Amino acid sequence: MPDMTSRRNILFGAAAAVTTGGLLTACTSNEPSDKGGSGGKPADQPVADDKPGKQVIIGFAGPQADHGWLNAINDNAKERAKKYSDVTLEATEGSNDTAAQIGQVETLINKKVDVLVILPADGKALTQVGLKAMRAGIPVVNLDRIFNTPQAYRCWIGGDNYGMGLSAGNYIGEQLKDKKNATVVELAGLDNLELTKQRSQGFDDALKNYPNIKKVARQAADFTVESGQAKMSQLLQAQKKFDALWNHDDDQGVGALRAIKQAGRDDFLMVGGAGALSAMQAIEADDSVLKATVLYPPTMAASAIDLARALGQGKGIGGMAEFEIPAHVTLYSAVVDKKNVGQYMPTGFR
Amino acid sequence: MTHPATPARPAEPKRATAPHKTPHRTLLRTDLRTLSLLGVLAVLVVIGGVTQPDSFLDTDNVQLILTQASVIGVVTVGMTFVIISGGIDLSVGAIVALASVWATTVATQEYGFAGILFTAIVVGVACGLVNGLLIAYGGMVPFIATLAMLASGRGLALQITDGKTQVVTVDGVLSLGERDSYILGIPPLVLVFAAVTVIGWLVLNRTTFGRRSVAVGGNAEAARLAGIDVRRQRLYLYLLSGLCCGIAAFLLIVLAGSGQNTNGNLYELDAIAAAIIGGTLLTGGRGTIVGSVLGVLIFTTITNIFALNNLQSDVQQIAKGAIIVAAVLVQRRDAHSTT
Repeated sequence: MPDMTSRRNILFGAAAAVTTGGLLTACTSNEPSDKGGSGGKPADQPVADDKPGKQVIIGFAGPQADHGWLNAINDNAKERAKKYSDVTLEATEGSNDTAAQIGQVETLINKKVDVLVILPADGKALTQVGLKAMRAGIPVVNLDRIFNTPQAYRCWIGGDNYGMGLSAGNYIGEQLKDKKNATVVELAGLDNLELTKQRSQGFDDALKNYPNIKKVARQAADFTVESGQAKMSQLLQAQKKFDALWNHDDDQGVGALRAIKQAGRDDFLMVGGAGALSAMQAIEADDSVLKATVLYPPTMAASAIDLARALGQGKGIGGMAEFEIPAHVTLYSAVVDKKNVGQYMPTGFR
Repeated sequence: MTHPATPARPAEPKRATAPHKTPHRTLLRTDLRTLSLLGVLAVLVVIGGVTQPDSFLDTDNVQLILTQASVIGVVTVGMTFVIISGGIDLSVGAIVALASVWATTVATQEYGFAGILFTAIVVGVACGLVNGLLIAYGGMVPFIATLAMLASGRGLALQITDGKTQVVTVDGVLSLGERDSYILGIPPLVLVFAAVTVIGWLVLNRTTFGRRSVAVGGNAEAARLAGIDVRRQRLYLYLLSGLCCGIAAFLLIVLAGSGQNTNGNLYELDAIAAAIIGGTLLTGGRGTIVGSVLGVLIFTTITNIFALNNLQSDVQQIAKGAIIVAAVLVQRRDAHSTT
């Protein structure tokens, strides 16, 4: 994702995830509805709302749910589609296999669905089939893993891996800003994924704002409970004392927390990543080192259905001046801690 | 590599009572191999001790290395038997995953500690039984039969969990992995690993079953002519491997406190690598439990040293590959010069 994602997109992302329909049309105070004054009257544009409209068939090609977050993606998409009486969801069997997923998308194109929502197993490898759909006149909402070219999608919506690192780093920085020579360690995810590098880069960049904090160790796990336990117990052995830990993923965090308990350590604060239900429950209970988690919300799948429906009905989105839905929507990685965990709990995934 | 001239050890007699005579040279050679593995381990201990004097040699870390070796160690003991018999089991990781998720379902957790242990072992043995029947009586090549088990086992594990992590809430299981339950400073997981190792060694070196396994791997036809029921022997060997996977799954549940369909990821490769480093011939007919266990310890110690020195996973993987290559090269020279 380009770093220059406009703030409006971020605002919009949050709005789309939280509001259920665009009740606010043009009266939000910070909306520059008087700008651009080329005669358009934003208040009159058709915007998507909960009222049933034109029937839309949405084709959904999702991932194989072999991980809590991916599972939540599929659930969110299906739940959201059920909410609208004017939406029919044609969901394929989730797949991690590029060839199989290409075949599934082609089938959906042949079925002439109105809009496609695709979370590709591999964004680069599925670019061609995205292009094919667009050329066939089916707008594509590209979910999270991005295609190679903007020609292959009408709209991209996804999470912000760099932003996750940034949020985690800034949160830890604020907690430790008054501490001299503070140290942090990082339990990263799968190192052969680009997103892991982006998360680490964001984290490192955030820590630069706090010269009193030094990152002393980083180990990569595999996003699994087992690897989280194994790598964390070694990190604990290597670092007898540190002040904060950032763990990239709440699933491997289950294992990391287990290792921390087994080692009998409680002398630091831990920040998780993604927003699993178990992590949020632990934050609420406040009985472990886990004090916060930075979101990578699976609700983006529900928002993708909203966007697809709006595309299918030729409508815009409430709260925005434009007639068309944006080309890029990057979600914001909010920090969930004890203060706001109640608000986010419903988005926690198992 | 083609079969080395292993039938130097003829297919053994039917009775277990005949004392097993090992030619002196073979014994010496085995000891040299074990010694060289111990030497490698000693060098690693020195490297660990020099680079991280504060953390490497303390009790916590030794306990940690042994604990982390336990799960894959138990799997490797079973794998060693299979490889010695000339077979291969690619499904061990999938069996561990399947056994661990089956044993941690909500329904199973209702039966507490015993329910989880029992289910893990039953699932492991059942998978081993399927492997064994397909190979011994279905005439399938071990590589293919266990590859099929790998695929379907992982699929079934995913289906059972629906992609979710099944957290264990049974206290007795969880506390087994914690400090309070250490016996004389030894974690229970390590004791299980030690017991499996000793039993494995006894079975391989002191029983008819062990000698038959070697004979089948050395030359199956000769073994058949000598009156060994080769098919039944093969069935038992895959059952044994499945049993080890079931035990390992239980240990993993204790360690990680959960069942997940990704559990046991790449165990098949780790176990094969450890066995090969330990001197087990991939073509069968030769191998030792002690060598395999040393292979596991070498890998675990290296991983530990890397983590303590904060080296990243890419470096770790490159080094692991280099070690496997080196070990096999040494083994080849060994096979050419002495047998």
